[in-house]
Amino acid sequence: MNELVIDVAGLNKHFGDKHVVRDLGLQVRKGEIYGFLGPNGSGKTTSIRMLCGLLTPDSGSGTCLGLDVLKDSAAIKRQVGYMTQKFSLWDDLSIVENLDFVARMFGMADRRAAVDRAIDELGLGGRRKQLAGTLSGGWKQRLALASCLLHRPRLLLLDEPTAGVDPKARRDFWEEIHRLSAAGITILVSTHYMDEAERCHRLAYIAYGNLLASGTADEVVANCRLNTWEIAGDGIHGLAERLRQLPGVDLVASFGTTLHVSGTDGPRLAASLQTLLKETGLAATPVAPSLEDAFIHLMQHTADPLGN
Amino acid sequence: MARFSFSRWLGILIKEFIQLRRDRLTFGMIVGIPIIQLMLFGFAINSDPKHLPTAVVMADPGPFSRAWVAAMRNSDYFTIVGSVDERQATALLDRSEVQFVVTFPPGFNRDLVRGKPPTLLVEADATDPMATGGAISVLNKLGAEVFAADLPGLQPPASPLVDLRIHRRYNPEGVTAYNIVPGLMGVILTMTMVLMTGLAMTRERERGTFENLLATPATPLEVMTGKIVPYILIGLIQVTLILLAARWIFDVPMHGNLLLLYGVVLVFICANLTLGITFSSIARNQLQAMQMTFFFFLPSMLLSGFMFPFRGMPDWAQTIGNVLPLTHFLILVRGILLKGNDMNMLWAQIWPILAFMVGVLTIGLKTFRRTLD
Repeated sequence: MNELVIDVAGLNKHFGDKHVVRDLGLQVRKGEIYGFLGPNGSGKTTSIRMLCGLLTPDSGSGTCLGLDVLKDSAAIKRQVGYMTQKFSLWDDLSIVENLDFVARMFGMADRRAAVDRAIDELGLGGRRKQLAGTLSGGWKQRLALASCLLHRPRLLLLDEPTAGVDPKARRDFWEEIHRLSAAGITILVSTHYMDEAERCHRLAYIAYGNLLASGTADEVVANCRLNTWEIAGDGIHGLAERLRQLPGVDLVASFGTTLHVSGTDGPRLAASLQTLLKETGLAATPVAPSLEDAFIHLMQHTADPLGN
Repeated sequence: MARFSFSRWLGILIKEFIQLRRDRLTFGMIVGIPIIQLMLFGFAINSDPKHLPTAVVMADPGPFSRAWVAAMRNSDYFTIVGSVDERQATALLDRSEVQFVVTFPPGFNRDLVRGKPPTLLVEADATDPMATGGAISVLNKLGAEVFAADLPGLQPPASPLVDLRIHRRYNPEGVTAYNIVPGLMGVILTMTMVLMTGLAMTRERERGTFENLLATPATPLEVMTGKIVPYILIGLIQVTLILLAARWIFDVPMHGNLLLLYGVVLVFICANLTLGITFSSIARNQLQAMQMTFFFFLPSMLLSGFMFPFRGMPDWAQTIGNVLPLTHFLILVRGILLKGNDMNMLWAQIWPILAFMVGVLTIGLKTFRRTLD
């Protein structure tokens, strides 16, 4: 199962004089869930749009489902399900009308059956005539997913599918994603949530158009070469600011009752912490850096070219 | 109630100005509309048109008939396009190529010298009564002035020199509704067709559903034509309503073939829809699409001959007017309903509409963003 579904290299995209995606290279294997992470405005949406043929890359090359991303965008569209960041089905059409329309667009032969099946799977049988615009956020998201699965795509591109959705609906959504992946569908999903990132088989981290890290969650964390200490106790309130001033400290993250202090220079970090801990009487234990630590570290080390 | 705060009020004022300045099209309208209106109303529009094309049927060439023609030319109201026979003259009127046909009967010169007022037949295309009024009133005065100079020995007679017979063709009573009601058909179609389709695509873009549409294998031609057809039906319903009202409320005569009329309407609707779709693929939001429609609608109303006589406008305005589909559509509808024109006579007005459509469609297909970039 090592067949590459997405294999692109050197993809570039400019909007005016803004270089939105810079030399993007991605390899996604068949049947895997590939997480696509990065801060807002980092080029995730643009990258996804290039992969499904909505945008033409300025330069670069590669294949998606074995088809050339530059030349075969029409053929790629037929086999890809793309779920947009914003709900993009028709608010003034009912659930069944929306699905029927999408099925027609993909020229499905067994349209009625496919739409009925999708509605049954959604559990929306009783509300098939309800207008899509009146659905709640969670239902809209499920409907959007159902509509992009309608034509049985081999690759799903999901652009922040769970934004604005409650935790229960989010968990159900990810269960569904894993079921699809087990059925052999390849999934590329962009997200901001760390727990979602950890549910992916492999990850890529992109910031300001540059691909900064990729691999499994463990590989991404390991590649950052972070040493992380956890400080717990009553006195940690207000400590974060002091910690940031210390030599060897690259990153301080607050987690309610604990603080994570991380740095790439292990011995220097340890030395700094020793002195501070003696002063305050707090205890610090070395812990494995989390994915979140790794990402915040990555984010801090790439300057936004457009500001600060 | 809270006190009126000057600084708060100023804040709102400043924000409004900043947003106005950012919105290029609105800014363009603020400056453009007064300029366009001024140019059109100030220079182009003339409710007393001159230089109207006139054909002469000369059955009795002679010094007095020639003097009469020269006097007509000198009055500035008539431009003599040529001398023709009777059959050609009727055809010219039917095709709206001339406004007047003046017929000098046999014996015109002789009768005049004998002091017996000869008949002078003037046929006017009265589909637009406003266009002919000024010229006809001039004709009445022409006789005395011209012939006093050419026949100096003659005492000004008690009765008029010539027996001027004016036939107001197609609309003998000069009913304005005969002109306005068929014209309204074109105006209403222009307004609704361009606007509705203009909004159709921008609505998709504004709501984000356009992205979904683009992600499907649908091609630009499928999307464009698929969006156009429902509005064609709407347009045909509108036309039917107007025709029913024209027939039963306004008593507008219907001399021509109604099937032919619907065919012409279809061409006109398509031209307007093509423009609407093109606007909507250029406009970024629904407001812009509405503004573009307005930019197009204004000259269509004023320069097409709907509100003011087309022939009264200067050449540059007529050139612009000739590009607009409404100009040709008005001639077509009036031609079919009031003059009973057949297909052969209409072709000259149909091809400019088709040319407009092809031109606009080319721009539309080019700007339609197959991809989002």
